[in-house]
Amino acid sequence: MTIFIPTPLRPFAAGKDAVEVNALTVAAALDELTQTYPELRKHLFTVEGKMRAFVNVYLNDEDVRYLPGKEATEVSTKDTLSIIPSIAGGAGGDLQSSR
Amino acid sequence: MTALHLARTVYDAIRVHGEETYPHECCGALLGRSTPEGWWIEASIKAGNMRTDSAHNRYQISPAELMKIERESRRQGLSIAGFYHSHPDHPAQWSQTDLVEAHWLGCSYVITAVAQGKAEITNSFFLAGDTEENKRFEAESIEVT
Repeated sequence: MTIFIPTPLRPFAAGKDAVEVNALTVAAALDELTQTYPELRKHLFTVEGKMRAFVNVYLNDEDVRYLPGKEATEVSTKDTLSIIPSIAGGAGGDLQSSR
Repeated sequence: MTALHLARTVYDAIRVHGEETYPHECCGALLGRSTPEGWWIEASIKAGNMRTDSAHNRYQISPAELMKIERESRRQGLSIAGFYHSHPDHPAQWSQTDLVEAHWLGCSYVITAVAQGKAEITNSFFLAGDTEENKRFEAESIEVT
């Protein structure tokens, strides 16, 4: 199956925007990905081994965290995983400047 | 200082978007190609702001919508190079909220100040660093092409 790598993580996946893995579940697919590209691990998982809160993983068009089996959901060769870091922000109540 | 190269059509479109959504923050994605000279932005995609509870000073793009944007970027042979949003009646400078919520390392965050419904200055900030712990915004110039 194909795992699509977002822009910020490509430097840690040899510059690739997609990686092919051979796995039976979502968890196994991510495990194989981080075994192949160990630098990715800290960007995807906490030290406790949980997915980072701002990392969204989609199995085809479904958010994995809302699937009944979550990361244990079985996958096939035709499936795709997409890693999508969150995007948010705003003026809030304070402002900084890097100038 | 890095430089963000924006196609004129994109530059105009993201500023107009901020005027359209005023007094709320607009948001969207920037699609382009990475070069040694920095990102070259060829297209932008408007996105919805999920933060309807505080849209005047907060924005969030839903992961589901980001998925579609990613798919569209692949279809166009481009990469998501960054994101843009507006600051209604606030300066075009990144906030602590912007930094805390920024996770697209190596991408550009473009902010337009919209004062009383009119777009004023547009600034760009490159999210430098290689971890959540050392990430930082660095001001970059905008070259409109």
